[in-house]
This record gives sequence, C-alpha cells and structure tokens, in this order.
Amino acid sequence: MERSVNMERSYNKRQEAKPHIAEEWVGKIYTLICIAFLVITIFSMVYFVASKGLSTFIVNGVNAFDLLTGLKWNPDIDVPSFGALPFIFGSFSTSILAAIIAAPLGFCAAVFIVELAPKFGRTFLQPVIELLAGIPSVVYGFVGLSVIVPLFRDLFPGQGIGIAAGALVLSVMILPTITTIATDALSELPAGLKEGSYALGATRWQTIYRVVLPTTMPQQMTGIVLGIARAFGEALAVQMVIGNAPHIPHSLFESTSTLTSAITLSMGNTAMGSVQNNVLWSLALILMLMTFVFVFVIRFLEGRKKL
Amino acid sequence: MSARTVDKIATGIIMAVAGFIVLILLGLLGYILIRGVGHISWHFLTSAPESIRAGGGIGPQLFNSVFLLVLTLIITVPLGIGAGIYMSEYAKPNRMTSFIRLVVEVLSSFPSIIVGLFGLLILVNKFGFGFSLFSGALALTIFNLPLMVRITEQGLRGVPLQQKEASFALGISKWKTIRSVLLPIATPVILSGTILAAGRIFGEAAALLFTAGMSSPRLDFTDWNPFDARSPLNPFRPAETLAVHIWKINSEGLAPDATQIAAGASAVLIIMVLVFNLGARALGRYMHNKFTAAK
Amino acid sequence: MQHALSAKKLNVYYGEKHAVHDVSLDFAEKQVTALIGPSGCGKSTFLRSLNRMNDLIPSCRVTGDIMMKEHNINDRETDVVALRKKIGMVFQRPNPFHKSIYENIAFGPRYHGMKKKADLDNLVEQSLRKAALWDETKDRLHKSAFALSGGQQQRLCIARSVALRPDIILMDEPSSALDPISTSRIEELITELKEEFCIVIVTHNMHQAARISDKTAFFLSGRVVEYDETDKLFLDPSQKETSDYISGRFG
Repeated sequence: MERSVNMERSYNKRQEAKPHIAEEWVGKIYTLICIAFLVITIFSMVYFVASKGLSTFIVNGVNAFDLLTGLKWNPDIDVPSFGALPFIFGSFSTSILAAIIAAPLGFCAAVFIVELAPKFGRTFLQPVIELLAGIPSVVYGFVGLSVIVPLFRDLFPGQGIGIAAGALVLSVMILPTITTIATDALSELPAGLKEGSYALGATRWQTIYRVVLPTTMPQQMTGIVLGIARAFGEALAVQMVIGNAPHIPHSLFESTSTLTSAITLSMGNTAMGSVQNNVLWSLALILMLMTFVFVFVIRFLEGRKKL
Repeated sequence: MSARTVDKIATGIIMAVAGFIVLILLGLLGYILIRGVGHISWHFLTSAPESIRAGGGIGPQLFNSVFLLVLTLIITVPLGIGAGIYMSEYAKPNRMTSFIRLVVEVLSSFPSIIVGLFGLLILVNKFGFGFSLFSGALALTIFNLPLMVRITEQGLRGVPLQQKEASFALGISKWKTIRSVLLPIATPVILSGTILAAGRIFGEAAALLFTAGMSSPRLDFTDWNPFDARSPLNPFRPAETLAVHIWKINSEGLAPDATQIAAGASAVLIIMVLVFNLGARALGRYMHNKFTAAK
Repeated sequence: MQHALSAKKLNVYYGEKHAVHDVSLDFAEKQVTALIGPSGCGKSTFLRSLNRMNDLIPSCRVTGDIMMKEHNINDRETDVVALRKKIGMVFQRPNPFHKSIYENIAFGPRYHGMKKKADLDNLVEQSLRKAALWDETKDRLHKSAFALSGGQQQRLCIARSVALRPDIILMDEPSSALDPISTSRIEELITELKEEFCIVIVTHNMHQAARISDKTAFFLSGRVVEYDETDKLFLDPSQKETSDYISGRFG
C-alpha cells in the first residue's frame, strides 16, 4: 500500500511540472529546423546559381541570345566567343538518344517481369536491374572508355568517342529508372482490362500492344522523361567518353561536348569571377532550368495518369 | 503473318531483351572484376598513389571514401530523419506542404554536378571551408537529403495507425510516441534505405570534384590528432575519394599502369557498392522475417 | 451520485458529415456504461471524442462540453496528454506495442515519471494480475507481446491502461475481434475492473451489454434514443426504436 502511495506521488509531481509540453516543442522545433534547412538550401542554391549564371549577361555584357545560339566556343582568345549551342546540342542529343535506346528495352523488361515470368522476373531480373542503378557513374565511364570506345573505333570511322558512345553508356545508366516505372505501371493495371482483351480472342502481344501500352502511356512517358532528366544531368560518365571537343559533330562518332562535360572540364581551370568562369555558371543555370522543365513535365504526366 | 506468329515473335524478342539485360550486368560486373581483382593486393589497398611511376596504390583514397561516408551519414541521418518526420507527422495537408514537397522533388532531380558547384560557391569559397572533407560531406548531405526524407516518410507511413493510437491513449506525447513507438517500427525500412543511400554516397564523384577536391595531402597514418594538417582524421583537409580518383586517372593519369589502377579501383568500388546493396537487401529481409515471425 | 464524466450537447462532424447530434450523457463512477446501436450510429465516434482521440483525424470537429469534475475536456486549452493519462482506452483490435510484455506495461508509467525499477516491476505485476494475465506471462515478461494470443493481447492492452491508474477506461468493442472464450474472460475482467474504474464500453453485442453493464445508452443515427438502467432498457424500453432494435428487427 505504501508503495502505491509513492506511485501516486511520483505521478502527481510529473503532472505539476508538465514537462511534456516542453518536449512537444522540442520535437516540433527540431523537425521544423530540419525541413527549413532543406528548403533554405534549395532556395539559396537556385538563387546563387542563377545570380552567378546571370552575371555573364549583366556584368560581362555577353548577349544571352548569342550564348544560346552561338556555334563558336573560344573563351581564351583576345576577343572571346561564347557560343554554347554545341554543348546544348550535345546534352540533348546524347540524353534523347539514350532514352530512345533504353525505352524499348525497359518496356520489354517490364513486360517480362509482369506478364511473362513474374516469379523469375521479380526474384532475379528486377534485382539485377536495380543493381545497375547502384553502379557508380565513374565506373560506367571507365567501362565505356575501355570497352565501348575501342569497339566503336574498330567498327566505325572516327575515334570511337562521341555522341554514340555517350548515349550508349547513358542508356544503361537510365535503364533502371525506366524499367522500374514501367513495371509499376504494368502491375497496377486492373486484371479485368487484360481479361477483356483475351476474351475477345486477342493474343498476348495484341493485348500488350493495343490495350496495355496505350493505357499506361502517361506512366511510360514519365519514366522516359525521368530517364532523360537523369541522363541530361549526368556529368562524369559522359565526359569520359564523349571527347570534349566544343563543336557540333558531323557524325555520332565524332568528339563533342555536353553542358556537364564543359563545366566539369573548365571549372577548375578558370578564375572565379572572370568571364570565362561566369559563362560556365550560365551553363549550370541552363542545366538547372532544364531540371525545372523536367520536373514540371513529369508532374504534368503524372496528372494525366489514366488509372 | 498471323496474329499467333506475331505473338510468338514478340514473346521471343521480349525474352531476348530480358536475357540481354542480364548479360549487360554480368558483362559489366565480370569485366570490372576480372580486369580489376587481379590488381588488388594488400599493397594496392594500403599504399599511396604514384603520379608518374607504376606501382601506385589507392590507400588514402579508400580511407577518404570511407571517412567521407561516415561524416556524411553523421550529418545526413539526423537531418533527413527529422525532415522526414516533419513531412509525415507534423505537416498539415495544405498548400505550404505540397509546395515543400515540390521543392524537395526539385532538389532530388538536381544533377549532382549542380550540387557540387553550389558547394564550391558557398561552402568552399563563401564559408571558407576550402576544398575539404567537411565541404564534401555537406555537399553529399544536400545531395542525399531528399532521398533520406523520402525513406523516412515511407518508413513512418508503413507503421499501422493503431500503434499511434495505442500510445496516444496512454497519454504519451506526440514526440515521445514518434521516438519510442513509431521510429523503432520504421527502422528496418529506414535502415535498408540508408544503406542504399550509403552506396550512392560511396560512388558519387561529380558533387565532390569541386568540394572535397581532387588531391590529397601526404597523410601521416600514425598521426590521429584531428587538428593536425597531415592527420587523416582532419576534416578540413582536401580529400580525393576513390570515385574521384578513378575519374582523374582516366582523364589525366600519367602513370604507365593507369588503366590497371583504374580497373583495380573500379573493382574495389563495385565490390563496396555490391556489399552495400546486398547488405541492405539481406538486412531488410532479416528484419522483415523477425518482425512477421513474432506476430 | 457522483459523475465521473458528463457530456453535454456533444456534436461531432467529419467534414460535412454530422456524425453525432446533441448527445448528453452522464457516466457514473464505478459503473459500466454500455453504448449500443447499429453500426455507423455514431457510438464509436462519440466514445473517441471523450479522450480527444478524434484530434488525430484532421477533418473532424467536435462541439459541446465534456466535463470531468470541473474541467472541460473539449476545451482548446486542455492538455490532452495529461487528459489521456486519466482516461484510458482499449481498442477494437488488440494493439500491443512492438515491445516486450513488460515494456508494453512499463512504457506509459515510466514516461509519466515512474523511474525506479522496483516500482515498475511491482506495477507490472499488479497490472497483469488485475488483467488476469500474470500466471500466463510471468515466465516470459521480456518476450515479444506479439507471441501472445489475440485474447491475451487484448488483456495486455487492458493491463496497460490499468497501469496508469486512470479514472475512466473507454473500450471500443474490445472483444469483437476475439473468440467466445476470450470474450468471456474479457467480460469477467470488466466486471472486476468496475470496482475501481468508471468504464464506458461500445459494443454491438446486445447480450454483452446486458451481461456486464449497469447502464445502457442506445444510439441511432448519431442521436441517443434512450439512456437508462440496463435492466430497464432491455426489459421495458420506453421508445419504440429501442424495442425494435433489441428484439432484432433491424441493425
């Protein structure tokens, strides 16, 4: 009995002090600081990259239109010219070409996993594809440089480096993104949809081609755009196999550059604040703006999801 | 051609593609391991690199990668879990919250090179941390926070509502409930997600080129005072990681055995990433089994 | 008679839906009050308002007063953490924590300030005894609570509430997920617990209400149709809807 009196007392003491109110504030403030850190970081990132990138035009007086459309990149002569179109072209061509290679592969892999051999697909193929996503980009670059480039050099005219090598390396890198989203899209399909098609006597392929593919189109596109976004921002793997010559190539097997490869190569060799340096920040700004575009396209596509 | 033939051909193509993808992975892994493993030796893993002569190792780079990973996780985990808790437990379903979600999504799609540039501008120059492990760890933190937030949210959303109700009904505060009831249940998801993120951190190079730097000072592995310039533990020294090293020797390596070193280093990197991946999988499965077996 | 808790003109809204209409009920100390009615009649919603559990649902709004002595529970200023310590709750499905049997009980008291191991050991034993669970669990106190059967888990949840020495225990269909034998043990337990606590129990099992409760309130479409001594309500209901319901004509 005495013990329970003690208990009452210890309860009451706690109640008077109400420490849990302070504790609730600790939780609220701690988590709020964390999320605030994240949001502030993102905003300062956008702000600083944008202000640096814009200073090329404001401080150094480079014409923005010339930068976007100019074909000549020659920053180190007396009258430097900053035409970034070759880089922009390089980035778009490699990433879109990579998506063109990876999209059908990803779709087929998804069909395999969901429709053809779910057991084997889920336990083996899917983990394999996820492993591809875990391989560091420098390793992709290294393999590209020591396997794909020599192979292309033997098979095609030129040095082997260029858009084709870059796109091929990128396609393997973005394959996991595209496959994962395609797999999710296919497995979310209601069973009735396919059964309806089979009931009409359609073969599996007809069902996939006429029913499954059109219904999941927005999601397939989401996966492809996500893949392009990733390829667009990838720096080192591409830089290692693309050759890095600052002009628009005449073939897929000729040295060229992308936005990321130009930044990677020159950022360390230019002095902060110089026009040669600022113009690299303008390239970064283009990259960042493209990220926004990709995010909004993906949001738009997700909004159009048919299921 | 009849529909049935087309179906057979299509099935064949899909099978072939699946096989082809497996071949790509096996080829990739096989190529790197076969070319690289032969070059791995105790000497290679522990000695310093040589710039012009053959026979250099990757000792300091390997140490830097591991140390940087530890530093990054020390900063990322509390921040990411805190922000994830906010998003899943405190954020009210309003426009502010969906705006924050959009912002986090944008950050998660930023190319890592942009994060690296931001690090160069703010951490290295403005805050004066210089090319250092600390700058690198912060840049990697920014790079990984969105992932950490998503993992935490996912883990917390998987906790049954009944657990929360049970705790609240005992007069337990919300914060205590989160810490002592919800987080322990979400731990398997958060932990395996974190290990996967660790693999990503370990292999990242683009965000580090301009933050942790592309060189390493001569390290004195007998000096463990973190305030000495030559101490490996000094977080304010430049540190070239393994991934950065692979990139550097591929683009400007002068040593005659640069390719072998790149292959060996890639093999080490791949093995580490595989360990992280399989570790996360095994841990997730183990905790899941333990969890469901008890029910 | 002293009321442990009284609700006055309580209204509950889920978004646009008006789930509980103007309910006024008094709950006496050391008595079992049963809330019965067809599913969706608002009885569980009402019960969950009594310890502010509805705060968890963002779209939910509660108006009216719930008086515990001179405190208004439904006041914005009320400290819900302190409140829920005084009003325990047992849920429809057993929901032990993913912790050991011992920790399931000690977790609450330790948080509320009981730090000494001897006190906690003692309290765990007392609470498990009160829930008639001690003999079955004393040898495996530090094993996972999920190794227990459903009925044992539910008694553990009751023990967990009892350990906080609340004034009132709310039970939301506590035996609906259990087999008949477990159910009868829970009912015995409730009858014993009312020596110490005011118990409010929601049940859709009319026989259960008749067996264990002192007073019964019959809910229909969010309103209280009749509230009376249990014997009176079941044998001689004053409202036609009540007699229709208890004679099984609907619900």
